[in-house]
Amino acid sequence: MSETAKNPKQYRIALRNCGLINPENILDYIVVGGYEALGRVLTTMSQDQVIDEIKKSGLRGRGGGGFSTGLKWEITKNQKSKDKYIICNADEGDPGAFMDRSILEGDPHSVLEAMVIGGYAIGAANGFIYIRAEYPLAIFRLQTALQQARELGFLGENIFNTSFSFDIQLKYGAGAFVCGEETALINSCEGKRGEPNYKPPYPAEEGYWGCPTCVNNVETFANIAPIILKGSSWFASIGTEKSKGTKVFALAGKVKNVGLVEVPMGTTLREIIFQIGGGIPNGHKFKAVQTGGPSGGVIPEKHLDIPLDYDNLVSIGSMMGSGGMIIMDETDNMVNIAKFYLEFTMDESCGRCTPCRIGTKRLYEKLNLITRRKGTMADIDAIKQLAYMVKGSSLCGLGQTAPNPVISTMKYFWDEYLALIKDIDHPRGEGRYQAKNKIGLKS
Amino acid sequence: MKIGSLENLKRIKEEYQKNMNIEQGGQTPEGQIKILVGMGTCGISSGSRETYNTFSDEITAQNITNAQVVPVGCIGCCHSEPTVQVNKPGEQPVLYGNVTKDKVREIIEQHIKNGKAVESLSLEINFDRM
Repeated sequence: MSETAKNPKQYRIALRNCGLINPENILDYIVVGGYEALGRVLTTMSQDQVIDEIKKSGLRGRGGGGFSTGLKWEITKNQKSKDKYIICNADEGDPGAFMDRSILEGDPHSVLEAMVIGGYAIGAANGFIYIRAEYPLAIFRLQTALQQARELGFLGENIFNTSFSFDIQLKYGAGAFVCGEETALINSCEGKRGEPNYKPPYPAEEGYWGCPTCVNNVETFANIAPIILKGSSWFASIGTEKSKGTKVFALAGKVKNVGLVEVPMGTTLREIIFQIGGGIPNGHKFKAVQTGGPSGGVIPEKHLDIPLDYDNLVSIGSMMGSGGMIIMDETDNMVNIAKFYLEFTMDESCGRCTPCRIGTKRLYEKLNLITRRKGTMADIDAIKQLAYMVKGSSLCGLGQTAPNPVISTMKYFWDEYLALIKDIDHPRGEGRYQAKNKIGLKS
Repeated sequence: MKIGSLENLKRIKEEYQKNMNIEQGGQTPEGQIKILVGMGTCGISSGSRETYNTFSDEITAQNITNAQVVPVGCIGCCHSEPTVQVNKPGEQPVLYGNVTKDKVREIIEQHIKNGKAVESLSLEINFDRM
């Protein structure tokens, strides 16, 4: 029996048990059908059957990449190696995103169960959950869940009396946003500095200590057990043609109902912000919404009716990302927003490749000049060149997507940039936002 | 005690279900009233630990035997933390927002004991679970 709402716009799959069960009691999870998917997989399905089911469901990576999960599992399974690993990416570095934290705090067993299923499918005997140290409650609940799962035999030797053995360990992040990138994450797991590697070879071919490794996001894992229990055609019936299932978004910023929403793919932004989110508070007008965190772009009013899915968002210059959605109203200055995100990515750049290390810093300095009304048109040209250079030649996703806020704010709010160059007394110039530290910055 | 088969799992599930009566919405006609207090980081930072403790203390003090307080994860309505959901057997669940510890008594008196939801605190449940 489920709670039926009067006008349901949300459909909870990944958050199905959050707010319903006690996350520190494994018996609660069992009562709502927990570990039944695992039992079914281990006792009645072959590895290929599991992978086939996940492929048919159309589940794509919820961490932002949108790569087909079933395909990733298949590639990892087909590698010939004695040792393989499956890693859960619980780093969640995006500012304003808290979907993974809520899943881990509210329903940790769903992630554990899915990892065992994934380990079985790809042929791994060990799994890791790479979780950021800034989530102490989620870490505590995971530790409790791991202990309880081991006691009942869902982790360890001969699970469900089959020949399959699997265990999970926790590894802790240390505050680096770049460690959300899978190769940097694997380097961090190995004890090295969190710097990304060249891809190919992809982690599915050579990852943790050179062995085939499959890295998946928390929300991707949260969708696995329902797909096994209710079937891939049920999952594929939700969403759009290329993006199946639901997505969890974390609404934040200038919106009445701040919080988590889980909607089927294909829901429009207007429905999410105005109907579920309750609209803009204090009588202000909507200006733009930023999706995908510091990797995404802004979306203005004219694109609000676009059905949300991976490809549609990329076509308008943004991206789904991990699901953070920051809403802005007319009191927000878009150049300041771009500067804020650049400050973040500049701080978090690992420094390995020159375009990102120096490019993000110069972009930030130029934006700083402009917001302090000391910029010229030459600076704006320099920003454009820098942005496309950083985007095109960076080693990893951090650098490749860092200029997105700048490029999209320039595309949709060009007049705000111009106004800061030409008007000495622009009413919304530098604004409230000040950089955290000015050490090492020119001008 | 390891669960070695699907049949074992089913048996444990049914045994626990009988004892604790937790269905998807707690809406079985018989059984206990469930008071679900959101204890994610969002809730705890807004004071839901005090809310939870106040509920437990009040229920023990007033000897209300047919109600039970359960700590749960984030319900998703972070704009109105601490959130509390009351599942009464046979009725639609009611979601309350901004339930600081001084509002607990009102909910117990009006809803738990007298069966009338507290309108001023209630939020709309605008989601379906799978």
